[in-house]
Amino acid sequence: MAPAMVGTVEEKPKPLPLAIGIGGMVSGLREVYESGRTKELEWRQSQLKGLIRLLTDKEEEIFAVLHEDLGKNRGETFRDELGILVKSIKYTLQNLKKWMAPEKAESPLVAFPATAMVVPEPLGVVLIFSCWNLPLGLALEPLSGAIAAGNAVVLKPSELAPSTAAFLAANIPKYLDSRAVKVVLGGPIVGEELMEHRWDKVLFTGSERIGRIIMTKAAKTLSPVALELGSKCPCIVDWLDSKRDRQIAVNRIIGAKWSTCAGQACIAIDHIICEERFAPILIELLKSTLKRFMSKPGGMARILNEKHFERLSGYLDDNNVAASVVHGGDIDPKTLKIEPTILLNPPVDSDVMTEEIFGPILPIITVKKTEDCITYLKSKPKPLAIYAFTNNERLKRRIVEETSSGSVTFNDAVVQYALESIPFGGVGHSGFGQYHGKYSFELFSNKKAVFKRSFLIEFMFRYPPWDDSKIGTLRYVFSYNYILLFFNLLGLRR
Amino acid sequence: MAEEAKAVVGELRASFKAGRTRPAEWRAAQLRAIVRMVEEREQDITDALHADLAKPSMESYLHEISLAKAACTFALKGLKNWMKPNKVPAGVTTFPSTAQIVSEPLGVVLVISAWNYPFLLSIDPVIGAIAAGNAVVLKPSEIAPATSAMFAKLLPEYVDNSCIKVVEGSVPETTALLEQKWDKIFYTGSGNVGRIVMAAAAKHLTPVALELGGKCPAIVDSNVDLHVAMKRLAVGKWGCNNGQACIAPDYVITTKSFAPELVDSLKRVLERFYGEDPLQSADLSRIVNSNHFHRLTNLVEDKEVAQKIVYGGQTDEKQLKIAPTVLLDVPLDTGLMTSEIFGPFLPIVTVDKIEDSIDFINSKTKPLAAYLFTKDKKLQDNFVSNVPAGGMLVNDVALHLANPHLPFGGVGDSGMGSYHGKFSFDCFSHKKAVLIRGFGGEAKARYPPYTTEKQKILRGLINGSFFALILALLGFPKEKR
Repeated sequence: MAPAMVGTVEEKPKPLPLAIGIGGMVSGLREVYESGRTKELEWRQSQLKGLIRLLTDKEEEIFAVLHEDLGKNRGETFRDELGILVKSIKYTLQNLKKWMAPEKAESPLVAFPATAMVVPEPLGVVLIFSCWNLPLGLALEPLSGAIAAGNAVVLKPSELAPSTAAFLAANIPKYLDSRAVKVVLGGPIVGEELMEHRWDKVLFTGSERIGRIIMTKAAKTLSPVALELGSKCPCIVDWLDSKRDRQIAVNRIIGAKWSTCAGQACIAIDHIICEERFAPILIELLKSTLKRFMSKPGGMARILNEKHFERLSGYLDDNNVAASVVHGGDIDPKTLKIEPTILLNPPVDSDVMTEEIFGPILPIITVKKTEDCITYLKSKPKPLAIYAFTNNERLKRRIVEETSSGSVTFNDAVVQYALESIPFGGVGHSGFGQYHGKYSFELFSNKKAVFKRSFLIEFMFRYPPWDDSKIGTLRYVFSYNYILLFFNLLGLRR
Repeated sequence: MAEEAKAVVGELRASFKAGRTRPAEWRAAQLRAIVRMVEEREQDITDALHADLAKPSMESYLHEISLAKAACTFALKGLKNWMKPNKVPAGVTTFPSTAQIVSEPLGVVLVISAWNYPFLLSIDPVIGAIAAGNAVVLKPSEIAPATSAMFAKLLPEYVDNSCIKVVEGSVPETTALLEQKWDKIFYTGSGNVGRIVMAAAAKHLTPVALELGGKCPAIVDSNVDLHVAMKRLAVGKWGCNNGQACIAPDYVITTKSFAPELVDSLKRVLERFYGEDPLQSADLSRIVNSNHFHRLTNLVEDKEVAQKIVYGGQTDEKQLKIAPTVLLDVPLDTGLMTSEIFGPFLPIVTVDKIEDSIDFINSKTKPLAAYLFTKDKKLQDNFVSNVPAGGMLVNDVALHLANPHLPFGGVGDSGMGSYHGKFSFDCFSHKKAVLIRGFGGEAKARYPPYTTEKQKILRGLINGSFFALILALLGFPKEKR
């Protein structure tokens, strides 16, 4: 499998040597950052171009490691990780100069003459933890943002996708400036050790549980964090009249569930909510379309590892849940494959309905009328994404205005990830902090307010000793009442 | 105590869930009520500030009352626009589609404020929270008890009590509040407590904004209008709560050759402002309490430090007053130079060349604000490019916080998150991405089984190629049946 690298395979505690290694690396990176190298436009551009070259030169190897780690097929890998990354980095390159430029801000007339602006500057040395399910994308997308913003970066890829992690550790130093961009391999112990240090920003993608641990550690050093966590992303499917609309909806639902790392994605559809009378139609169409899409082997990624396989098959062990299976349910522990499985109205307190599924099981919950879903949505923790297939404008408006989620997508799912113009991130239990496109640049920047004045005009009423007439003058200043101020200054008013 | 905190949060959650805080009318009504409170009760507010800090009424007006009112009026003016969804381009990959960013309130938020600008630092974030449509609890600082009591009494008379509450108290009450689940916590104060706030927030995955302190440096070049510069420096230091302000210049850096002239000019300005006996001046705030008084006097107790005093140094323990004090070339390893002073001492550090001051500043943690007095454009550019800070001013001090178009906040040890103006609204909002597609624009190339032809088109689509888009929309690749 993966070549054995320090800290990947076994997690025996290695306190001292590891501690010194990481401490030395962090202070080394600080020195490199302080030297100013990463702030230069040319450096940032060269790094981003290096990333693109890495992704294009090593395309075949990337397909291979993602297949090794997750059984992902080429189409999925290209669509969700490779292709999207190249597109995003090109977008960043195109806009970098613009993003780096100071933004002029207004200043009130009383401060005349003055100029005000907001100047973006890098935060310094940042840390990125990526997750195993999009092991390339969730590492390199934030990495490109951190570099674009002019930071030195440490990337800690998930040890649960070891081939991809090893690939990154081997190739990042070849294509990028290894003095300023580092890859650290390892598991939870390495992660903890990294968090003992102060960072100018930490971006963590993963589970709520670890998110809490990371933020608690970050609090000790006042390291600002951004957490991209998981959630149960619900998908509302309204009664659709047209056969064509139904087919398209089903295509897109399948694409966003089983075609996205076998449902192991934070933005994959977790479960469906639809009207009682629509459920049979939906289920039939799902079944027939699944048959066509999954006709060839390798159409779906496999489950990550035994632990997750057991977690998922465990959901189906519950008798009440097993009874609700209307399609699929077959599992193969040898190949870690669970076939696309659809449940109809499993008990709402079962594990499969309370935990984030992160797998190829799709519960369908029915309601009397579609609008009832609003109450349901409001009662649940805020998810990363809410999806709704509907032509009903009123329902769309109600979903946007009455529910809260990281994002909302109508009549499609998962594709919002590909758009650079909208922020990607959670709210509430699904996390905080947003990235993609310009948001990545801003996530890793400090927007410094700069206000310049000249010595030219002096207002005597600013200074002590103070008396009522000075206060009077200032009242006009602060209400921006320039006319009365003018008269006041001329001594014509009190 | 924990029960009370839970009850308060519970009530606010119910109000928020019921949708009370969402309509623009509600938000505007609350903001107008705060304006009325500031106008009608200006005397009460000034009295409270005087009781807590002996703050001169001019400072109360200038730095707290007028800024609070300005924040409300700015928010009232911008509210409708800020609440509108922001349309953004959607691009080829998801064509046809429309995309927008919708601002929504986070929910129920907690504002913990500080003692030095106890009115402004309480009401300003609350204004942002309200403008963004949240329900909010304000926990004013117990170290400014008169202002805290004033809030607890006055605010309920003006605003909607089911959504906006004041909870008074000290450590136990604050701890109880921090144990609850909030949608955001906004804290102004010290780094130590900031850490505690963030750790408590971590338990509930609550995002935080921390407005902390630091040592705000002020570089004074010889190429200046010295008299004006010293006036601005002095009013920004001693005219801001007698140095007890997070953005007050903490220390000055200048060249060895220019220092004597600078000190001279500063002395003259100080005498003009505060007279020959500054402890008698009504224009100087007192030190907030005896704890801080002793903390400060300890900083200059050491003989090595005391002998560097070139002006001032008078203290009055009974009145908790310390006069404006200037020191020249104190040893760099003493408390005065290693911790945030937050008081009326102004050390002057001298360097050989003025450019050396930049490295000196960068050897310390990132400040909330950094100041530079110079006419030299090159030095200005060097300063802006090479000194990381929350905010910076050239040729003046502290004013940037009064500009609502500039974000106000720290970086590194001076904090995270920013506010003022629209930034306050954003601070307490979630920017929700909304992508709207129709059932048109179906691209077969998206779905398995993934043939080579599909991959080609997919490649093109993702790369934003119009040609690929057209092919995809035309139904390519055609399926072989």
